[in-house]
Amino acid sequence: MSHAELVCPAGTPAALRTAVDAGADAVYCGFQNATNARNFPGLNFTPDELAVAVLYAHGKGTKVLLALNTYPPAGKFDLWRQAADLGARLGVDAFIVADMGVADYIARAHPQARLHLSVQAAASTPEAIRYYCAHFGVKRVVLPRILTIPEIRQIRKEIPCEIETFIFGNHGLMVEGRCSLTNYLTGQSTNMDGVCSPASDVEYVRDADGAMSSRLAGFTIDRFGPDEMAGYPTICKGRYTAPHRPEEYYAFEEPVSLNLSRLLPELIGAGVHAFKIEGRQRSKSYVRGVVAAFRQAVDDIRAGHAANIADLLALTEGQKQTQGAFETKKWR
Amino acid sequence: MSTRIRTIPPGSGVVSRLACTMVQPILSRVVRRIAAQHPSLFARLGPHQGTDFLIDPVDLPFALHLRPDPQALLFRAVPRDAAPQAGAVIRGRFLLLLELVDSEEDGDAAFFSRDLEVSGDTEAVVRLRNALDDVEGSIAEETAAMFGPPGRAILGHLRRTYSRDPIRT
Amino acid sequence: MTKLTLGPIAYHWSADKRRDFYARIADEAPVDEVYLGEVICSKRAPFHEGDLPTTIERLERAGKVVVLSSLAEVMLKRERMATSDLAAMDHPEIEINNAAGLYARGQRPHRIGPFMNAYNEATIMWMAGQGATHICLPPELPAEAIAIAARSARALGLGVEVQVFGRLSLAVSARCYHARAHRRTKDSCQFVCADDPDGMPLRTRDDMPILRVNGIQTQSESYVDLVPDAGRLVADGVTHLRIMPQEVDMVGVTRLIRAVLAGQLPVAEAGVRLQELCAGRQFSNGFYHGQAGYRRIANATLAP
Repeated sequence: MSHAELVCPAGTPAALRTAVDAGADAVYCGFQNATNARNFPGLNFTPDELAVAVLYAHGKGTKVLLALNTYPPAGKFDLWRQAADLGARLGVDAFIVADMGVADYIARAHPQARLHLSVQAAASTPEAIRYYCAHFGVKRVVLPRILTIPEIRQIRKEIPCEIETFIFGNHGLMVEGRCSLTNYLTGQSTNMDGVCSPASDVEYVRDADGAMSSRLAGFTIDRFGPDEMAGYPTICKGRYTAPHRPEEYYAFEEPVSLNLSRLLPELIGAGVHAFKIEGRQRSKSYVRGVVAAFRQAVDDIRAGHAANIADLLALTEGQKQTQGAFETKKWR
Repeated sequence: MSTRIRTIPPGSGVVSRLACTMVQPILSRVVRRIAAQHPSLFARLGPHQGTDFLIDPVDLPFALHLRPDPQALLFRAVPRDAAPQAGAVIRGRFLLLLELVDSEEDGDAAFFSRDLEVSGDTEAVVRLRNALDDVEGSIAEETAAMFGPPGRAILGHLRRTYSRDPIRT
Repeated sequence: MTKLTLGPIAYHWSADKRRDFYARIADEAPVDEVYLGEVICSKRAPFHEGDLPTTIERLERAGKVVVLSSLAEVMLKRERMATSDLAAMDHPEIEINNAAGLYARGQRPHRIGPFMNAYNEATIMWMAGQGATHICLPPELPAEAIAIAARSARALGLGVEVQVFGRLSLAVSARCYHARAHRRTKDSCQFVCADDPDGMPLRTRDDMPILRVNGIQTQSESYVDLVPDAGRLVADGVTHLRIMPQEVDMVGVTRLIRAVLAGQLPVAEAGVRLQELCAGRQFSNGFYHGQAGYRRIANATLAP
């Protein structure tokens, strides 16, 4: 039976406490460096902050998962090794990893540690997942946001570990851990540096007509009319022209957020063990609102009631939400 | 529904300058207090402690100039027509900005809905946002409390006044 | 002796075009090793996999080492089957691009493809311990990291490969962006990607060419050109230089790069001739220099 554990984002110590207080079963967070995939300016934890945060979370029965989910480039592996050792010393409840070298290191150096396979590892088949379980003792896989519920149900039957899926938040379409788009334009790598459309390369330009252009490293990724909802300045959510599409169109994906609140019962039925809320880069306000809403929904379902999910549309990108791949594979 | 942000006519320069003069002593006190209470804020600002931020509450008669340098903290009201060249500009309704400071509103959501506008150095804005977001409790309430019951009354008044949404068309 | 390899065709070239292409490669291209197989889209495979045995035989007869590459993105039943079938082969060698393939292959020898994210010494050591004989490094690794990765791979007896020519793979997805551009879904794509043998160009709103769409893959607009850096790559321990098939005279491209490696053609002159062979294409080497990938850094190191 699924535990329907809520795994919630914590970009700062204050956000972590907010998530814990709002009913998170687990929080995930990272250090202030390239060892995690949300290495954004002003975000994340110093070792001292993490130490305090772990005590706070554990005091309230909440687990702390440390994201070490980037790919160390050759020559810089020590930074990841140190982060893993530090996490182990501070007593985090699990490490979220993607790189095989990092997974192997933790499995050998900290054999008692629990490993979760990050979505950045892009393991989307039973075979791929079993590889990580067999070799590194992975206890949980975070599934890419590309599978339908029947596919998830089938995978569950064929793997020896727990499944975690995203239920809310930013909805990227590229296979995670396999995307160098940001690096192609900015020189900073999503895999190696933990950044995606780094703020230092983003520029918003207000045009005379009230429209706003978002630029990344000088490339105009999108332009929003005065009354149009905006999205993140990421390459995969931009508008471009193509030979058959002389009008600008969303070549990859529209600015839209994932919201699977309506599918929670089915996901639980499919054997999903834990639900992940995206958004370490978001504010406490977001964390408070989303975590509380999903806490209530999960508790309602457990009690045998229909979940009455609060309206979270205002918090979504472009103020649009989707059930993405989970409902139908037509989106592919 | 249009979400375009329009700056109200700033009124006469005299009114604006007078308002700046009146509010300045309060601002100075507020920012020193916040800095003393929340020193970790500066670490999150990183290299942008020396950046000039222009915070532009479009429905107030003046804008705010912030330079979060812990050695020489600056927070002052400036008439829009005399605003300094800023490294980063944050523009929105006063109440929204107040709620963002207190994390009652989500900055990304306000950006998506076009109620919040940023220009200039985006990293500076992101750092300031993350630094403020890590502050526990309400900066607005803390500020109001500095001035006792009259302060809390003024905050309540501001919230009522500026929640009427006068500038959205 | 440094090996020149020809990477797998990323695009949906017709069976006829592929036959002609590999016939010319077999007869005329001075490459040592050729990667075959569909890496991008499992729907395309039936169009050309019937020719594989003949192509393999043809290339091997011409003295080339043939390697079969596996799918980068594995999700559907047919993709899982294709991956495990490939992993069951004893001959030719295989290059694995997805962990599902690693699982199926077990400890038997295999090559690690560029989609496998072999970024560092620890990962390379792990992979070597699991039967990897050869590693193709991710295209975004900068020169310093390549040197360190190559040294550790060589110490373990592995071959080390780096892409030196052609469009870069920047992302893969479960969604087909070719189908999307034509308002279709992946299941009803009618193989529109066949219309773009060098990828479908995307331009920004201010009309800058930026990316190429190839089915589920997003590629760079520019062709990477590390030919001027070949000397340093070899000195740093890279054993194989990968040339990706593009819609240009690939025999000409491979001959030119071979001539540079053999010291018969000065790098500067090679640059001019490469530009002639690839008229209208932009070149880049930013990743190698630790900068934005699309950039072309002028004062690249010269081949010895």
